[in-house]
Amino acid sequence: MKYFHLVWAALARRKGRTIFTLLSILMAFLLFGLLDSVRSAFSNTGQAGKDRLLTFSSINWGLPLPQSLYERIRAVPGVGKIEYASAIGGTYQDPNNYVGIEGHADSFLDIYPEWQIAPAEREAFLRTRTGIIASESYAKRFHWKIGDKIPLKTAVYKKDGSTVWTFDLVGIYRISDSSMQSNENTVYARWDYLNEARQEGGGTVDWFAVEVPDLSQIDRVSQAIDALSANSDHETKTETEYAFYIETLRQLGDVGLIVGSIMGAVFFTLVLLTGNTTAQTVRERIPELATLKAIGFSPSSVLGLVLSESVLVLLLGSSLGLIGAAVIVYWVRSTMGSTIFLAPVGEDTWLRGLALAVVVGLLVAVLPAMRGMRLRVVDALSGR
Amino acid sequence: MKALQKAGFALATLVAALVPVALLAVLPGWALLAVLAVLIAWIAFTRTGRQTSAVATVAIATLPQRLGAASVVIIGIAGVVGVLVALLAMGAGFEATLKRTGTDDTVIVMASGAQSEIQSLLNRDTVAAVVQAPQVRQNASGEPIVSPELVVTASFQKRASGKASVEIRGVGERVWELRPNVKIIAGRPLRPGLAELIVGRRVSERFIGMIVGTNLVVNGQRWTVAGIFDSEDAHNSEIWADAGALASPFHRGSNLTSVTLQLTQAAALDAFKARIASDPRLKVDVQTTRQYYNGQSESIAPIIHTLGTTVGVIMAIGAIFGALNTMYAAISTRAREIATLRAIGFHGGPVVVSVLLETLILALCGGALGATIAWALFDGFTASSMGILFAFRVSPTLLWNGLKWALAIGLIGGLFPAIRAARMPITAGLRET
Repeated sequence: MKYFHLVWAALARRKGRTIFTLLSILMAFLLFGLLDSVRSAFSNTGQAGKDRLLTFSSINWGLPLPQSLYERIRAVPGVGKIEYASAIGGTYQDPNNYVGIEGHADSFLDIYPEWQIAPAEREAFLRTRTGIIASESYAKRFHWKIGDKIPLKTAVYKKDGSTVWTFDLVGIYRISDSSMQSNENTVYARWDYLNEARQEGGGTVDWFAVEVPDLSQIDRVSQAIDALSANSDHETKTETEYAFYIETLRQLGDVGLIVGSIMGAVFFTLVLLTGNTTAQTVRERIPELATLKAIGFSPSSVLGLVLSESVLVLLLGSSLGLIGAAVIVYWVRSTMGSTIFLAPVGEDTWLRGLALAVVVGLLVAVLPAMRGMRLRVVDALSGR
Repeated sequence: MKALQKAGFALATLVAALVPVALLAVLPGWALLAVLAVLIAWIAFTRTGRQTSAVATVAIATLPQRLGAASVVIIGIAGVVGVLVALLAMGAGFEATLKRTGTDDTVIVMASGAQSEIQSLLNRDTVAAVVQAPQVRQNASGEPIVSPELVVTASFQKRASGKASVEIRGVGERVWELRPNVKIIAGRPLRPGLAELIVGRRVSERFIGMIVGTNLVVNGQRWTVAGIFDSEDAHNSEIWADAGALASPFHRGSNLTSVTLQLTQAAALDAFKARIASDPRLKVDVQTTRQYYNGQSESIAPIIHTLGTTVGVIMAIGAIFGALNTMYAAISTRAREIATLRAIGFHGGPVVVSVLLETLILALCGGALGATIAWALFDGFTASSMGILFAFRVSPTLLWNGLKWALAIGLIGGLFPAIRAARMPITAGLRET
């Protein structure tokens, strides 16, 4: 630490070069932060939904199941709370403003503690037949406040022949688990209202969510639920919510592979780029390093000086880059909602990024630093 | 005051660099060739041009001595161009596959409000009513050319590892008249009513057991693979079966997901739509198959394009700083040589152009390298997205665009050092070691 001013002076020696190196590192880590955000949005690192089962049509997600299955699922031993839902897609004002609408049973908020809402608003939601709750991010984006009437255009006909559904906003929720925040572009209505008002599909639900308090029972329970409707015209498939999320994301394609290859290409380029600059800087400073050794610096402190110089530049550049990525992700999420596949830049991204910075910093400096350590003072001072 | 002057100068240089970059982006290929021709003529026939050529020759001749530094520019730019071309090739391949699918004279009828076939459900009566419309073309024996279809998904073992779901399309008997582009490339077509499958070419490449004669278990029932088909479009990601045979293991009764039919002519679409709308029993959406598949591509193609360009721009900025570093270092090692040239009467202009030329040559090498790597690794590479299997397509246009990006990076990264080289005080340069 006491040599910090020496390291700093070395960096200030050629300001332009240091700044350009810093900026290219910044860009590499900006990209790293953004891509890692995409990757974590897709890998759903959260543990949410391991104790909840989803039961849906075995043919395709979203095909109607009879609501009467509810009582039969409830009778399966080992089942805790149950809820069910129907979903319709809607738009608000502009056809590009997609809003998912899901009608849920009363037990919805009991089963999903991740959805946080004030007790009074929760009461109002249970009381108001035409009530909906919307996420904080959507309320902010569309300037909705509690008490507003929200007309949503859908493709589902109501009994009065219209396809515009008007709801009363009675509450604002937020989702505490970041891996589930992609649900924030859905507004939640009441299934009984949806069911009663729609022209077709009465008495059907799209899926059931089943809580299983004893995790060791989860396989048995899911098989028992599927056995209820085996060989009927509405066979079901039951799997944990966690497994369902992972499967859904995998359907979107080989994101991990693509993101991984880009990161590989970026860092290969970065190592080469900074490696060359570091080597060049050390080459130019050989007489200085020799002077240091001549006035009594040990070879290992020379090694340490060169290494810490390179690690410092990388740490500085990577921190700035990750801050940039965090700002961009925050901005995109707050202006466009959580619809797109970007997770907030979290602690694990920071840790991975900074660790990578240290590794790259050591890697590019180790050869030039060894050269600095080994040089013979007499030769170096005389310019040989 | 001096700092302000410096900043203003840097800004002016940046603007000066952005003008040719903008021209590069908008000008067509022949105009760029014309610019190149003028440049060559200038070098060959004018005095300053010949001076430039002399200075540039010296610079390029000393390149091998600075191979390490030069490779930074080359590899930095190769990285940008390679990633950019690969990402855009993915988008292009996906889009091309869906855009090739569908025609203007066939329409797909789905339940009202369904975004895709998977979400659609039609009953037998609806199908019967749709098929009777007079705008539906009939074949030689007087039967309507329609295919009432049942689309389901099932999970299969991939060759790589793990499972993935594939759409199984239950088709009607006259599907071959409806989609004449679909060719059987191995085995034979489906026989109605039997538990047989024919497999799209891309599915057969990517999944285990998709060869003629094998038995597969789908939803508890044994199915035989009767053939492999190639449609050269999105249907290559599907498995086909007889719609009637598919309904029972999937417990679909008489329900279907969609009807695809051929119109007497493309212009009959409006009449057909009007007829469907006038029937109060029918709650369906009608669109041509081309509209349907284009719509599917529009949901994701722009995302890939934005992703590619964003990643490209960020990497390009990084590469510009790398190039700046390298070229500043290059001119500082050549400071004495440049000052000597200036002292014996060479002008600043040739010095600027020669440094710029050197950077552009390095950039072009990098661009070519990156584009070649992307082409070699990814052209024809199969990936999947949204259930569609498609091949990356590295087209000549994409390669050319990659080279343009390389030149743009070279221009910006080379202009600043070039100007510094020309403005360096001669006396200071001569004393430089």
